[in-house]
Amino acid sequence: MTRTPALGALRARLESALDDDARAWLAQALATAAAQPAPSEAPAPQVTASQAPAPTWELRFAQAGRRCGPEHADDARLLLLGAARADTATLTRLYEQGTAAERRAVLHALTHLVPGPEALGLTEDALRTNDTSLVAAAVGPYGAEHLDAHAWRHAVLKCLFTGVSVDAVAALADRARGDGELARMLGDYARERTAAGRPVPGDLQRVLALTEARTEARTEARTDALTESPTEQPAEDPTEQPAEAASAASPQES
Amino acid sequence: MRLFDPHIHMTSRTTDDYEAMYAAGVRAVVEPAFWLGQPRTSPSSFYDYFDSLLGWEPFRAAQYGIAHHCTIALNPKEANDPRCTPVLDQLPRYLVKDNVVAVGEIGYDSMTPAEDTALSAQLQMAADAELPALVHTPHRDKLAGLHRTIDVVRESALPLDRVLLDHLNETTVKDAKDAGCWLGFSVYPDTKMDEDRMVAILRSYGPEKVLVNSAADWGRSDPLKTRKVADAMLKAGFDDDMVDLVMWRNPVAFYELSGRLHLEVEGTDATHEGNSILRGGE
Ligand SMILES: [Zn+2]
Repeated sequence: MTRTPALGALRARLESALDDDARAWLAQALATAAAQPAPSEAPAPQVTASQAPAPTWELRFAQAGRRCGPEHADDARLLLLGAARADTATLTRLYEQGTAAERRAVLHALTHLVPGPEALGLTEDALRTNDTSLVAAAVGPYGAEHLDAHAWRHAVLKCLFTGVSVDAVAALADRARGDGELARMLGDYARERTAAGRPVPGDLQRVLALTEARTEARTEARTDALTESPTEQPAEDPTEQPAEAASAASPQES
Repeated sequence: MRLFDPHIHMTSRTTDDYEAMYAAGVRAVVEPAFWLGQPRTSPSSFYDYFDSLLGWEPFRAAQYGIAHHCTIALNPKEANDPRCTPVLDQLPRYLVKDNVVAVGEIGYDSMTPAEDTALSAQLQMAADAELPALVHTPHRDKLAGLHRTIDVVRESALPLDRVLLDHLNETTVKDAKDAGCWLGFSVYPDTKMDEDRMVAILRSYGPEKVLVNSAADWGRSDPLKTRKVADAMLKAGFDDDMVDLVMWRNPVAFYELSGRLHLEVEGTDATHEGNSILRGGE
């Protein structure tokens, strides 16, 4: 619960977008959620979670779409999770029992409510789906902070595969910088598309350029070398892949 | 022409069907939870199915410009299997979801005591969740089943005018109408009801509270039956407004009883290069 101040600004924005009924409903729902004892302060439950009736604020969490409109539901749900100071166990349960829209809200909330990697399983679950809205939410700030290099690269590649704009990928430039393995994967993907006579996603070029940032000097030198003797490229050197993939990536322009 | 299929099991259909439905004018569907052909043996497979009706299936539909809602219930056939009945305890947490616009399909299959229990319990849940109910009428012993269904609804907390009685035909429509229920007709290639009989029923009983659906599923069925009935209505002399009433406004009015119907669809470009359905798995 370290980064909740950001939610204050979100609340102001959302309130100005809602009509009177929805705004009143939201205020009441947030008050109900805030009055909920924090999970750490609550007495240990006497019954298992499946037998206990859901707290009222969780009912409000489910109703947010029909009360605030689908276009505002994500924000309303995010605010409710923040007001209730939902812990990892609660977030996990709400995700597992949630609709796609509710799951998306939980994924957005992770960066605000979970300081460590303990909720990473939810991000990983979302990345296994083919629902583009879940994939987009999973590559947000929480995923950027906690996904390991392999999982993060596959997440970026999945965005390219499923048409999720890489604008959704938090900290993209920072994590991509100098990532030769990501560059190799992008290059291979570009070649695969080109071989099949299919266009290469425009975002691929963008990410590829970002991987080059730190190794720019070396890459330039390598490109010069390639121009002189293209048949002798050492294929195992990842730093040259960006240049090669970049040419493979724009066959439709030639 | 805008069409609303108020009862179709899209989980069992392909993206080709979604595409053809959109081309035929279908802009909204309701998918009732039902039997999958292969019996389930544990509550968990129901929960995965319900989650799919609230997650993946509306996503698929949206890719083709079609608004997807669902109804949730323990179906009468599987209500007879004690391995499945614990599902009833978990239904309330599903019935609060935004995309759930009714309790259903409930009703009778073989008219057993277990089906009595499940039907009564779920009618009460519908009343508690402020939802209408989609109640199907049995295929066997249909008229007796209809009377028993109406009796059980009368004894329940759910008013008859919040109930859609489905799979009606010439022998059951009158009693269902007299009871004040919404009237559902499933138009199938061979069984249940066909386009011309549907038109004859509309002539005899009028269009008020009548809903027409394809009930298309994994069996021999046709997801374009709503369009075919609309065409048959026009050919028989019904005007555009009457077709719109039966094929759009009536289903909207019934499911609006939930207060949860949202008919705008986001992300409708089925030909979008990056579409994750077009791509399939990776
Ligand atoms: Zn059905």
